[in-house]
Amino acid sequence: MKLSSPHLLGIEPLSPEEITLILDTAEGFSDIAAREIKKVPTLRGKTVVNFFVEPSTRTRSSFELAEKRLSADSLNFSTSTSSLVKGETLLDTLRNLEAMSPDFIVLRHSEAGAPHFLAKHGSTPIVNAGDGAHEHPTQALLDAFTIRRRKERFTGLKVAIVGDILHSRVARSNVYLLTKMGATVVLCGPPTLLPRGLDRLGAGVTHRMEEAIDGADVVMMLRIQHERMLGGFFPTLREYAAFYGLDARRLKRAAKDAIVMHPGPINRGVEIMGDVADGEASVILDQVRSGVAVRMAVLYLLAGGDREAAAQER
Amino acid sequence: MGKTTRIRVLDAASIDRSLTRIAHEILERNRNLRAIGLVGVQTRGVPLARRLAVRLGAIEGTAPPVGLLDINLYRDDLSRIADHPILRRTEIPFDLDEAVVILVDDVLFTGRTVRAALDALMDLGRPRQIQLAVLVDRGHRELPVRADFVGKNLPTAETERVDVCLTETDGEDEVVIVKAEGGGDAREETRP
Repeated sequence: MKLSSPHLLGIEPLSPEEITLILDTAEGFSDIAAREIKKVPTLRGKTVVNFFVEPSTRTRSSFELAEKRLSADSLNFSTSTSSLVKGETLLDTLRNLEAMSPDFIVLRHSEAGAPHFLAKHGSTPIVNAGDGAHEHPTQALLDAFTIRRRKERFTGLKVAIVGDILHSRVARSNVYLLTKMGATVVLCGPPTLLPRGLDRLGAGVTHRMEEAIDGADVVMMLRIQHERMLGGFFPTLREYAAFYGLDARRLKRAAKDAIVMHPGPINRGVEIMGDVADGEASVILDQVRSGVAVRMAVLYLLAGGDREAAAQER
Repeated sequence: MGKTTRIRVLDAASIDRSLTRIAHEILERNRNLRAIGLVGVQTRGVPLARRLAVRLGAIEGTAPPVGLLDINLYRDDLSRIADHPILRRTEIPFDLDEAVVILVDDVLFTGRTVRAALDALMDLGRPRQIQLAVLVDRGHRELPVRADFVGKNLPTAETERVDVCLTETDGEDEVVIVKAEGGGDAREETRP
């Protein structure tokens, strides 16, 4: 079994079988972090370009660590060092990168669809590390990996995703993934941060946090970016915290063994209170750990050589 | 898919006898059973290692521990195959440092799996010694590798395939040689 596309552009085009394959493969990688020698020679001689046209520390570090643990060579391009600020077009940058013959390009971009553009115009496998407010597939996969480890299933689970849904690629990828795998997803946030039409993705929508959390098996909190305040999406951070912050009292409404997730970095006292973030239900650090294993799995599965020959055989 | 013929070369009773003999040979070579750990190469090396452990336990009183090893991340042909093999678990329940490891696999052929297994073990610890036990040695080595314990030496043509079937993984115990008709390469046919 293999992935049907040479790229990982989003969760939307993946089948439930492909998602399961990635998660199963990640299981095989998850013990490598516990070893004395945290490295396997699998991608020896392969080059990965981490092309980050938007600030990101944790996603880039997680990809970089995944690449290093697979023995690939990695090269980092970020906004400050890239020629994009000097006026080069994305297509020209792609051609320049491809002239260095990388085996993968991992792209983070502030515009939705940027990785699809690279996939269409280039010949290198592209891994989407977040494009605008569109998708962040590896985040959804690591969330799913973390959920599956705790809950051992997706079918019948109720997952509440609370916060800035409007700007969140994490929410979108998670809705695609969790509904494909048979979970029920409820999205919750203030009306200004909850765009219309989300029910078409197959998720429930509510403005009341209590309703979203009631009986939930998983409570996923999204980060409130301070810069959003300038957009006038809500009056003050304190008011936001009062209506949509996760505290111990609200968490009691969730299922008894509910887990609390957050893609990070967390704002203590805004979307999540410190005692909940550090509490027993929190799996926030498990998510970080899962991230490396899941990204190793994605690179491993995409690295199958001679794809064209295999395609001709079919 | 081309036509193939299957010839059974070992039945359940002969597999059983081979394993019992290997268990005795392991004891002859290694006086101190307490230092020994068995490691089965995924997938069919694992049930073979478990069966050897049971036999060693029956003779000596206590069965040695059995580990599982997946060698796929250490393969040398990953960039040549499009369909990457599914990763299975690696789990060694004993301390590899200073241990005497008996590596167990079903078939010894080119020696490349053993090379990968040795590298994988070295990344997990520093065993005092590694010995190799295989149910079938079919020849055609591409690397300087030999087994310490062999169930059966099986002369084969390079284009034939040797299938080891075990009750735990395939429902019954047997070893068959698969030949492709008309001079084809049976190794290219997928295993049923």
